[in-house]
Amino acid sequence: MNLKLSVVTAALLAGGSQCVLADWVYISNERDDTVSVIDTETLEVVKTLEVGERPRGVTLSRDFKYLFICASDSDTVQMLDLATDKIIHELPSGEDPEQFALHPDNRHLYIANEDDAIATVVDIETRTVVAQIDVGVEPEGMAVSNNGKWAIVTSETSNMAHWIDTETQQITDNILVDQRPRDALFNADDTELWVSAEIGGTVAVIDSDSRSIKHTINFEIPGISADRIQPVGIELTSDGKHAFIALGPANHVAVVDRKTYEPIKYILVGRRVWHTAMDPEEKLLFTTNGVSGDVTVVDVKNLKPIKSIKVGRFPWGAAVLPAEYIPD
Amino acid sequence: MNVVNRPIAAFVRSLAVVVFAQAVIGSAPLQAADEVQEISILYLEQQRVRPPVLSNLIEWPEDEGEQGAALGIADNNTTGKFLKQNYTLEKIIVNEDTDVVAAAKEALQGQRLVVTNMPAEKLNALRALPEADDDLFFNAGSALTELRDSGCYYNVLHTLPSRAMLTDALMQFLNKRKWNSVFLLTGNRPGDELYASNLKRSANKYRVDIDHEKQWLADADMRRNAAAEIPLLTQARKYDVVVVADEDDDFGAYVLYNTWLPRPVAGTAGVEPVAWSPVVEQWGALQLQSRFNELSGRGMTSIDYAAWAAVRAVGEAVTRVKDDSPSAVREYLFSDKFSLAAFKGAKLTFRPWNGQLRQPVPLVHPQSVVALAPIEGFLHQTTELDTLGLDAPESNCNKMETQ
Repeated sequence: MNLKLSVVTAALLAGGSQCVLADWVYISNERDDTVSVIDTETLEVVKTLEVGERPRGVTLSRDFKYLFICASDSDTVQMLDLATDKIIHELPSGEDPEQFALHPDNRHLYIANEDDAIATVVDIETRTVVAQIDVGVEPEGMAVSNNGKWAIVTSETSNMAHWIDTETQQITDNILVDQRPRDALFNADDTELWVSAEIGGTVAVIDSDSRSIKHTINFEIPGISADRIQPVGIELTSDGKHAFIALGPANHVAVVDRKTYEPIKYILVGRRVWHTAMDPEEKLLFTTNGVSGDVTVVDVKNLKPIKSIKVGRFPWGAAVLPAEYIPD
Repeated sequence: MNVVNRPIAAFVRSLAVVVFAQAVIGSAPLQAADEVQEISILYLEQQRVRPPVLSNLIEWPEDEGEQGAALGIADNNTTGKFLKQNYTLEKIIVNEDTDVVAAAKEALQGQRLVVTNMPAEKLNALRALPEADDDLFFNAGSALTELRDSGCYYNVLHTLPSRAMLTDALMQFLNKRKWNSVFLLTGNRPGDELYASNLKRSANKYRVDIDHEKQWLADADMRRNAAAEIPLLTQARKYDVVVVADEDDDFGAYVLYNTWLPRPVAGTAGVEPVAWSPVVEQWGALQLQSRFNELSGRGMTSIDYAAWAAVRAVGEAVTRVKDDSPSAVREYLFSDKFSLAAFKGAKLTFRPWNGQLRQPVPLVHPQSVVALAPIEGFLHQTTELDTLGLDAPESNCNKMETQ
């Protein structure tokens, strides 16, 4: 027994030492109530964790100790302790949380409550609701600016991006975008807000100062019907060169040149691609492919898919834990 | 008692709206900046005669359509409160013995946006009124293909799919499954004949053969005798599927599992093409379903969906153009800027040649969605949605130009 155990331990240590540079990608599986963890070196699933019902949005705490999971059908946001892989708290998220964003203060979580047309702000230290804000019908996408001043909610049926002042927790502006806005993301210096419109088939680039749309990006893939091009997840590279837009049932990720705002390439991935995430060095992009139940790994430099990794049923959200924070 | 209670309340409410509107206009210069734009939508319903059916279990919701419109108003207002817009629904609902045209005449004065839930002949009479000239109608209650064909009219749009769209969807599905030989069983009511003739047109379009055809004889109690009667009625040497044309659900449910050959059933029973059904759950539909359930306490039907889509289309237009006059709304709805996200996985737009709202058609059974038409593989040069129903070259409509 002892011998066996030590062999296992040795194997684990050996495996561990080989993967010093590997990061972990946490993938939520909407219809399996699990989170798959992918090693970015071996590109394999290293473990699968059981979580609440219908997990969708996932995000890491700023100190990389916890993973927050929107467990939509459990009506809660779960807090997973990465050291023990245990759910340690269920936050009072309001009903049917779908996506959220963590404020840079690492304390305030902005949560979209899809069924109730509200956004809930939760203090994760005291685990209490700080504010509930009335927004449009079916709030979905959430973003907080990097300077912490603004939180954005997109409402899918009202077709708006709502700007919330994080000091007062009040809405200051409502910007109409195309049909069914899904995801929102600020660029690094907060001068631009990117918003995808799933049914409109476009991405709006909003100027943060004037609160007006400065570019609308359209997509066109030869051989694929325009109806199937449904932009959802947005990822921006930190060098300011590229944007990656997941195009849903078009089964491609668009690469957009951020200078010209033109799509320059479409990368074939799995079926119904929802969201994407990059490793800290921005070498690899991971896409969650809902219908095919896998994750496509894209080489960011060459803009080519290199591998598909089978995960659970209907993978939805993705978050990357940098190597140095992987618990022992 | 001819008129159900609601119209009286609606009439009183409409008076209140008029008084309020005048008050607002009177003080407009003082409070222009904060003024809320009031948008009133008129909902007109002639309740339909539901003839007796064999089953005692079938119950039609009495507020079908009305609740869909009400949800559309609620959705519009959630958006509207950020834009200083307030939507109200004025309802005139009359029972089957009352003439909806007379009841609605007064309310149609002025420029109105109107959602209708009534048979085609009533809608035609309504839009022929001089009061209706500058109104815009959204037909959420009649599937009559003729209304999208030579019977079309410039100020009548259709958010309910035509029978032609439904039967095209079904025939695409049968073609895809290679169920190419059909046994058609048609009921005795007027809608059944229309459904059957649309089925024949669609079968021809999508190369499905109607090899056997029988009329339903309504003289047996199928609750007791289905197992004895249906096999005899469906006796034939070869067919792939039994298609039922029975719009009131009189006998259709008894055909399943009782056919002479062990074959699937489709049409108005079995696998059914619909605008909407409580079993649609993809494409975010669950959220619409739960909002509707919360409001009405029941599942959402095709007519509810069509009324909801009409009110939402108005909301979408007024939100963007900030003008609720029927002509401005109509112009926006026909422009390439308009599209409606409506939980069916594709953007919905209006066909310029006949005013029909393009939309996918789910094929459902009571527990789930079997397929969503247009079925993959049926191509079209503009949009695959135009493989369903009357395409521009097929429609004889020539009255869509604004008069």
